[in-house]
Amino acid sequence: MPERSLVLEMRHITKRFPGIVANDDIGFDLVEGEVHALLGENGAGKSTLMNILYGLYHPDEGEILIRGKQVRLGSPSAAIDAGVGMVHQHFMLIPVMTVAENIVLAQEPTTAGVLLDIAEAERRVKEISDRYGLAVDPRARIDQITVGQQQRVEILKALYREADILVLDEPTAVLTPQEAKELFEVVRGLTERGKSIIFISHKLNEVLEIADRITVLRRGKLIETLPAQGATEESLARLMVGREVLLRVAKTPSHPAEPLLEVEDLRVVDDRGIEKVRGVSFSVRAGEIVGIAGVDGNGQTELIDAMTGLHPVESGTVRVGNRNVTHDSAHGHLDAGLGHIPEDRQRRGLVLEYTIAENLALHDYRSPPASRYGWLFPRRLIERARSLIRAFDVRGGGAGTRAGALSGGNQQKVVLAREIERDPKVLIAAQPTRGLDVGAIEFVHRRLIEERDEGRAILLVSLELDEVLSLSDRILVIYEGEIVSEFPPTASEEELGIAMTGGRRSGVAA
Amino acid sequence: MSESPGGTPPVQPFGQPQDQLPDPSESFGQRLALAQRAGGLVAPLLTVLIAFVMGGLVVLVTTGKNPIKTYQAIFEGAGLNWFFQIPWDFDSIAAFNLQQTLIQTTTLILVGLAVAFAFRCGLFNIGGQGQYLAGAILAVWIGSSFEGMNPYAHVILVLVIGTATGALIAGIAGFLKATVGAHEVISTIMLNWVVLWVGVYLFGLGGPLQNDTQESVPVSNDVVEGAKLHVFWGDPLLQGLHVGIFIALGALVVYYLILNRTTLGYGVKAVGFNPEAARYGGISVARNYFLAMAISGAFAGLAGAIDILGWQFRLSTGDVQTSVIGFTGIAVALLGRNTAVGTGLAALLFGALLTGTSTRNLDPDVFQPELASNLTLLIQGLVVLFVGVDIFVLWLLGRVRRRRTATA
Repeated sequence: MPERSLVLEMRHITKRFPGIVANDDIGFDLVEGEVHALLGENGAGKSTLMNILYGLYHPDEGEILIRGKQVRLGSPSAAIDAGVGMVHQHFMLIPVMTVAENIVLAQEPTTAGVLLDIAEAERRVKEISDRYGLAVDPRARIDQITVGQQQRVEILKALYREADILVLDEPTAVLTPQEAKELFEVVRGLTERGKSIIFISHKLNEVLEIADRITVLRRGKLIETLPAQGATEESLARLMVGREVLLRVAKTPSHPAEPLLEVEDLRVVDDRGIEKVRGVSFSVRAGEIVGIAGVDGNGQTELIDAMTGLHPVESGTVRVGNRNVTHDSAHGHLDAGLGHIPEDRQRRGLVLEYTIAENLALHDYRSPPASRYGWLFPRRLIERARSLIRAFDVRGGGAGTRAGALSGGNQQKVVLAREIERDPKVLIAAQPTRGLDVGAIEFVHRRLIEERDEGRAILLVSLELDEVLSLSDRILVIYEGEIVSEFPPTASEEELGIAMTGGRRSGVAA
Repeated sequence: MSESPGGTPPVQPFGQPQDQLPDPSESFGQRLALAQRAGGLVAPLLTVLIAFVMGGLVVLVTTGKNPIKTYQAIFEGAGLNWFFQIPWDFDSIAAFNLQQTLIQTTTLILVGLAVAFAFRCGLFNIGGQGQYLAGAILAVWIGSSFEGMNPYAHVILVLVIGTATGALIAGIAGFLKATVGAHEVISTIMLNWVVLWVGVYLFGLGGPLQNDTQESVPVSNDVVEGAKLHVFWGDPLLQGLHVGIFIALGALVVYYLILNRTTLGYGVKAVGFNPEAARYGGISVARNYFLAMAISGAFAGLAGAIDILGWQFRLSTGDVQTSVIGFTGIAVALLGRNTAVGTGLAALLFGALLTGTSTRNLDPDVFQPELASNLTLLIQGLVVLFVGVDIFVLWLLGRVRRRRTATA
């Protein structure tokens, strides 16, 4: 690799925002044909740096060289002209248009100067997709192809604009494990053909798998640029967070007592009349964590909604403590001693426009001390919020800060604080670490173990196999709305994976 | 969905991913809050400014008259010059004009709150007009009956029944929304027509509430003397300012308190911001939809009752069909950003415009009478049109800031 040239150099980049230095004297370079990962927690300054490269921000100090020539990237179009392509985390595609139309948009081949030459567009798209091994049907409509394919379209768009430097912003966040593997193949194909890739991520295993070099940012500062060879997840996590991080939580064996959550022959039908949960029975005992593993869309969401009173139960029973809550409202479930960390904290777990103090009162604002006779006591809400903010180490805002202004990890801490403060018998945690960075994941995991040891019954539903394996005392696998098998926490990912794809039941290895 | 094919970027000046700042909550959050506070003041003011400038252009182009002079005439016609004529003369022409402005403001505050309250629950109450009329119809009926009743009791009875009627009408829409999901925009518009034609029937020739003595006039009986609201400024015979303004100001306080100091307001706002999170939190979304609509209608119904007892005293089929004050409430709420203070100020602005442009106040040398009242409608329309302007302004501010950092 030493004989290869530098395609990009960013020198001494500093970018200040009011009250904060988002990028502090950062140097970053990219060698032709390499994958250079940019690693850092949320708020470390990765996106600021990349937005500078893409012409969305202008650095206060520093310079950018592309192929040795200093450039001024005043706008995204200038960046594109300089050969920089960006694939955003959220795709910028027009759903009702075809793949080819999306790719050539704004640089359409025309006939007679005005008419879109669709045949020519499709031909060019086909040519590029063949050259780089990115198979997509140019005539398919965007809303009819998978997310993984949409991502390929975004990459093709950049390639069509002759990008040499491709920035992939958290590209695997929206992909299934299988799609992620395919993406890595695509990335390798691109680098073999001389493209250089900047890969933004906070998933350590991915970065180690795909990157040649890794640059770690923390709080706006460059911590280190190191070769991927020889790095470990632990060493990277330490660089990112600035202290030792336990990637696997330490936990003692559980001492389960009486069952607190009992589900019997539960059946749930979704809004379209399709049976999504088909006769599920299990129980969770005080002092244990039961994990439910499964591929997304196998009835997990419907199961949780039915257990928490957010979706009607078709048949079967749900008991919390000794109380039958099967047909109770969401509020009835709460009263029975159920805590629920919802799958989607932004859509469901929090009212983002409300302050932290108001969000913490979501379940109990109707009763004293939060209110009396319908009259709310904002000061009491604030006092309580202050103590919970301290207890759960919520950072970046006070009781009066809007929940929407917090980072994902701190938002999740607010949800945790609210659910745990109510002292629930049963805690249902759905995807509790989705989208969180290493430090926040560690906090949530540690806290769940602590609550287990307090004697709560904890049901963990997660798509992350690592998480289920490291936290659970027992693991149930859900497949097509049924619990198909139970494993001890010592099971291997392979065993679980086979069961999750229906292998155990049909007797055919997937 | 926005597309950025080498052209303009998907600009999201204040909606960027949280990744962009080292400590998002302390800096980013505060910046956002600041921008919103600034936007909350800047944007409405700018909206008004743009609307006035465009209104002025219309005056210039269509009549060739000086728009500044026109606006000055409106200002004086609204009696706002009274404040600058020190010492204050409480019996001057300006004082009379100001009384008219404040009478309009009273109504507009209440119909504005009717729209604003529903907005806070995520509902668009377009039925303020119908709820207002329903309150007015019941007020005329009760107010013209029970002659000789204790005046205080009579006034309170009329106001309570007017308020309840407005709540009932809007409550129908709320109930339909809560139970079968019927969209409140459709149902409130339909109810507007129901109320309108009921009114035409009641006061029309041979109708049950038509005037007892004038059989050929489609108008109601007059409200009895005892049920009229006290006029505390100006001549009662010349439509002086009645005490309804204090009720409207009180309603602003009630509105603020309900939203910010009660569990009811907490639930309504939670449903308005995020119904899914509210449901998860154990809050009944359906119940809050119903309550928000009913309370909304209560404000409008109260407005109708106050107008009847304060200055109108009777309703004709013509009044019922031509009144549009409830719709102006939409502009008031939008411009006032659904806050108590904002609604009060926006109501004053529109009250002044309505009074100032009413033809009797204007000199045809400055302004053609045909254009007069239409100018108010024009400005009202522009305000509604420019409500999205805050997004535009914030976007503009973001661009300016970026450009500044670029050249720095």
